[in-house]
Amino acid sequence: MSTAVMDRSEIEVNQNLAGEVLSQMKQTKEAKASKINVKDLNLFYGEKQALFGVSLDILENEVTALIGPSGCGKSTFLRTLNRMNDLIDGVKITGDIVIDHENIYKTNDVIKLRTKVGMVFQKPNLFPMTIYDNVAYGPRMQGIKNKNELNKIVEESLRGAAIWDEVKDRLKTSALGLSGGQQQRVCIARAIAMKPDVILMDEPTSALDPISTLKVEELIANMKEDYTIVIVTHNMQQAARISDKTAFFLNGEVVEYDDTDNIFSTPKDQRTEDYVTGRFG
Amino acid sequence: MVIRENFENNLNELKRKINEMGKLSIDALEKAYNALETQDVEIALKVIEEDTDVDNLENEINQFAIWLMAKEQPVARDLRVIIGVLKISSGIERIADFAVNIAKATIKIGKTNSLLQTTHLEQMKELSILMLQKALQSFSEEDIVLAKEVSELEDKVDQYNVETYKILTTYLSEHPEETNQLVQLLFVNRYLERTADHITNIAESAAYLIKGQIYDFNQ
Repeated sequence: MSTAVMDRSEIEVNQNLAGEVLSQMKQTKEAKASKINVKDLNLFYGEKQALFGVSLDILENEVTALIGPSGCGKSTFLRTLNRMNDLIDGVKITGDIVIDHENIYKTNDVIKLRTKVGMVFQKPNLFPMTIYDNVAYGPRMQGIKNKNELNKIVEESLRGAAIWDEVKDRLKTSALGLSGGQQQRVCIARAIAMKPDVILMDEPTSALDPISTLKVEELIANMKEDYTIVIVTHNMQQAARISDKTAFFLNGEVVEYDDTDNIFSTPKDQRTEDYVTGRFG
Repeated sequence: MVIRENFENNLNELKRKINEMGKLSIDALEKAYNALETQDVEIALKVIEEDTDVDNLENEINQFAIWLMAKEQPVARDLRVIIGVLKISSGIERIADFAVNIAKATIKIGKTNSLLQTTHLEQMKELSILMLQKALQSFSEEDIVLAKEVSELEDKVDQYNVETYKILTTYLSEHPEETNQLVQLLFVNRYLERTADHITNIAESAAYLIKGQIYDFNQ
């Protein structure tokens, strides 16, 4: 009997410890402030409605992943966060998106918004210029002319994007000579150079090989200390690896939005379960 | 179109193998008890010999489960099925080992005037087999009610275990000449109690698969 009793008490102790750790983790999560608050967002491309009553609270210094099948509205949603959809004719938006207490659809200063909310796209889209000029482009447009200051921004940004060591000796060569994975990290550096608060990423690794993908993932995980990151990804394991929260989109609606570990271990909605286990369709 | 049909078939195959392993260990328990009851060393030796089948099946299941995890990167319910299979196979393997222990006790007792009828060991064995059937069914049919029934039955086994311990130790103080058989029966009492504990863990794995929460039925 004594061994049995010992087994059980050991289990109890372990469970109590696990419980404490979990509740501490929860408390840390709860302590984070809301960065982007989206309320009842509807978006129409002409007659066709693409987003239906989306409400999400995106927390500061977290990575939030948006997942869902093609055409579910996740990229459309991502682009509403820095008003990229304004560039498309016939787009109508209702609802509210508040970033740092400011309704971004009630401001006229879109430039300021896009400085604050940077974006990285699916395919590296560097300008046909040197690596240095690519990263310095934004700050120069903002009027920074001082060479020392620009040097500092370029170095800090490239370091922040974990690419400095690979390019520091070739800053004055064409950025297009870099590999796909390096180009994508320079794109991230270019976004960082604008000192944004939020970085939006639209499938940033889908054009990269597995090793480059892992480097970018590692970078994203480290970047959340300084930035709030929202990422669209088709790679569910990637969402599971790098994000704190995951939103599952389907037909323009958010089916489920929860801590990433819940979405991938015990999703509440059957449609989420079917999607994350690859049985969708 | 059913997506991941192959993976689905693999998961069903894993569940089928778990049931097969469960049946082997139930068979081992039945045989071991039968050997103890009839003091039949031949049957006891057979139980020891056949334990290899259970061990081999456990290996096969583990390798299959590990390969599926590497290949399919399962999440959510799929992951819980595989985790459940790994834990349950190890539980069933332990149960079959207890059957072997009972068989060894039988050999040590040898031919003598059996005191088995004075104990509740038969009830404990019957309850354990019922529990194991329910736990396995709970896992394969994802039925939470059955998992909870298992934990209720375990309380009865514990009760019989305490009573049998008292009966045997009291008898021992009065009949020291029966020490050999009584000590072996005390061991069997302990093996059956541990068997029921392992079966309860299997029911917990079933409950984890069904509800996605970690349960402790042993409390």
